[in-house]
Amino acid sequence: MSDGPVLAADGTPLKRSLARALRREKMRAFLLVAPLLIFIMVTFVAPIADMLFRSVENNIVRDTIPRTVQALRSWDSNSDELPPEAAFSAFYTDLVFAEERKLHTRLGSRLNYEKTGMSSLFRKSGRRVGRFDTDEYSKAFTGLDAAWEDPATWNRLFATGNTAMPETSDTYATWRAVILENEDDPLAEEPWDVLFNALYRDLSNGNAFDDPLLSAAKAGLGSIEPVSIREQLVDVDEDWEDPEVWKTIQTYAASYTPGYFLNSADLQLTGEGVSARPENERIYIKLFQRTLFMSLVITFSCILLGYPVAWLLANLPARTANVLLILVLLPFWTSLLVRTSAWKVLLQQQGVINDILVWSGLIDDAGRLVMINNQTGTIIAMTHILLPFMILPLYSVMKTIPPSYLRAAKSLGATNWTAFWRVYFPNSVPGIGAGSILVFILAIGYYITPELVGGTQGVFISNRIAFHISSSLNWGLAAALGTILLAAVLILYWAYDKMVGIDNVKLGG
Amino acid sequence: MPLDTETGDFVVFDRVQKSYDGEILVVKDLNLSIGKGEFLTMLGPSGSGKTTCLMMLAGFETATHGEILLDGNPINNIPPHKRGIGMVFQNYALFPHMTVAENLAFPLEVRKMGKSDREAKVKRALDMVQMGDFGGRRPAQLSGGQQQRVALARALVFEPELVLMDEPLGALDKQLREHMQFEITNLAHDLGITTVYVTHDQTEALTMSDRVAVFDDGRIQQLAPPDILYEEPENSFVAQFIGENNTLGGVVETIENGVCTVKLDSGDIIDAKPVNVSKPGERTLVSIRPERVEFNKDRLQAGAHTLQAEVLEFIYMGDIFRTRLRVAGRDDFVVKTRNAPDQVRLKPGETIEIGWLPEDCRALDA
Repeated sequence: MSDGPVLAADGTPLKRSLARALRREKMRAFLLVAPLLIFIMVTFVAPIADMLFRSVENNIVRDTIPRTVQALRSWDSNSDELPPEAAFSAFYTDLVFAEERKLHTRLGSRLNYEKTGMSSLFRKSGRRVGRFDTDEYSKAFTGLDAAWEDPATWNRLFATGNTAMPETSDTYATWRAVILENEDDPLAEEPWDVLFNALYRDLSNGNAFDDPLLSAAKAGLGSIEPVSIREQLVDVDEDWEDPEVWKTIQTYAASYTPGYFLNSADLQLTGEGVSARPENERIYIKLFQRTLFMSLVITFSCILLGYPVAWLLANLPARTANVLLILVLLPFWTSLLVRTSAWKVLLQQQGVINDILVWSGLIDDAGRLVMINNQTGTIIAMTHILLPFMILPLYSVMKTIPPSYLRAAKSLGATNWTAFWRVYFPNSVPGIGAGSILVFILAIGYYITPELVGGTQGVFISNRIAFHISSSLNWGLAAALGTILLAAVLILYWAYDKMVGIDNVKLGG
Repeated sequence: MPLDTETGDFVVFDRVQKSYDGEILVVKDLNLSIGKGEFLTMLGPSGSGKTTCLMMLAGFETATHGEILLDGNPINNIPPHKRGIGMVFQNYALFPHMTVAENLAFPLEVRKMGKSDREAKVKRALDMVQMGDFGGRRPAQLSGGQQQRVALARALVFEPELVLMDEPLGALDKQLREHMQFEITNLAHDLGITTVYVTHDQTEALTMSDRVAVFDDGRIQQLAPPDILYEEPENSFVAQFIGENNTLGGVVETIENGVCTVKLDSGDIIDAKPVNVSKPGERTLVSIRPERVEFNKDRLQAGAHTLQAEVLEFIYMGDIFRTRLRVAGRDDFVVKTRNAPDQVRLKPGETIEIGWLPEDCRALDA
């Protein structure tokens, strides 16, 4: 044998030749799965990634009130003092444009998740921001020189984005964009008060460049009465005098926030750091605990009820077993809503079960049992609905346990019980594992049944997620709750793998 | 091997019948006694009722009628775990979630034996089957032969007086099977335990047993030691089931002095030993073992009837030659000859004359 690399028949190195042959096969395998892969990427992976992203994404504050965010950056939120007038002014400018773009209410809703009252505060301020006293500036500057009334003047002076007067240039740029968004002509639109406010502030800060109009305005500055934006805002709502409001804006100014996750854990992010939410706002930890606890109870009930049925199925002659199996599968072919509604009929206080109990004299009419719209109802209905998911894996595992194991155990002197407990049961544990994982994971994210029969005490975290998705529209929180749920499932899966070993889980075969 | 029937009837089947569906009897009127220390094999084709008999003895099936006695006591109503019968199953039925040692300790544990006793017994049992080093392994980590040994040790570890084996060697390859046959018989005789062994493999039955019960159609067709079974089958089923056999159909012509003449369907006359034919004119199947056919005329009795045979095929099989002949109109007549230096190798197409000693040719029921 030579020392060089092994060569294929055509002289190419064998390794390369092999790789080429394998590549073709891999390519073909990939093409076969490609349609499904694309489908899953689009309908499953991408939405989940988006959801994970939404749970930390927080661009709305920065996008809606960028100047305020900038101005609050230097404010020490622990000082118990209000932010400087510059911040109020920046907020005024932001609010004017946000109101014009109808974005301020959305921002209000977003901040309302963190501090109640923000939503109405923003809505109220948005309504009033057009009537601020800043029109005094407009009148004063126009009085100094009528040219200020002409949009062309503004265009000439500030359209180039002159850095000598940053605030005015910046405000003008946004104003121009807003006008264009409304499909109006920036050269025909009368300049807004917000522009004069910026102009006044730039000039009073000594920012100007060489222009006769500006020099004249600067000279006449002394005659103009300054307007306090702070007072204007406080006039709209006293809450603007509350440092907490500004702290909330400052805290949630970042593009990414742990706020939703903290919220999911009944915590909140304040200027001082993370702290617990007020007692009356804490619901998520309780809901998570309840979801886990009830899922465990449901899983356990499914094992208790499903094990004997699966055993019977596995040990009956094939024909009888098939009939029984159809009975087990029957619920699968019935609508989930029908099944859940049937439980409503059965379990309610004027329902079938209570009627029978009263009729038979076991309880009196006043003592009708409350079995629905609480945890009992959810547990009963969900155990019934998830039972097939326990029975089927158990059945397929039990099918593979040879009857000779039990016979061998008995021939070795074990009683029926010992034979079952020491020999049959350990061999059926993989089925219990598979069924439990299936039932538990399905239960933890179940929505419809708890919604219908759970009342207020029997609802799961998923019902809260649905509420945030469709009613409160707090998608960020819904995403965070969903992410936590997903993580919990993955952690449990991992823990199960560590303890039992996922290889021991069999769905049959 | 010593046949020890004087020790009495250890296991007795008394008029036992078994039906699963109330229409067909799987076991019809079974009477059988097994002596203490005996190695008895139940041999038969599948569906002959042999496994059902074993299961009734083990207690997993109940007899529809009749009584089964173990050491003089009826056991029909004793549950399997109280019978104290060791059993080796077809696929070993080793518990996969326990190690080999735990498997062996199981019967001792359920008998509430102390830990040290248990360990000593397990070790002894494992050593007995040369598996001493494998106590910590799981059954899945063992080869088929090793699993077989463990299953055997487990059935013996609690020292039962009776051990049942249900086709225990079925899953092994030929060489291992032959080796295990030898080991099992030795072990059974060394320990002096009574063994009931079920198989459909006649070689296994012949090589291992003190006595063989040939089952067919829910009945014992013949119960005899292997040599008797092979050389003196009592009916055509046994003759054909045990070993290779040539059968020729015909009608009895004469019977005298323990020898009869049979007129074959082809018209030829042959000599035979009447076994279950009683009078001339009766239809019979004569059976001749391939190795008892003689084509050297000098070795036959004077005046013996011979048949014309045409050689169809000659197969060289190493230790023996196997020759297929056309005899009396049938072309599946086989002759086996030992590969000796002076042995004639027949050629296809040759015509020869064959014959046999009358006692080697048994006239059986048709």
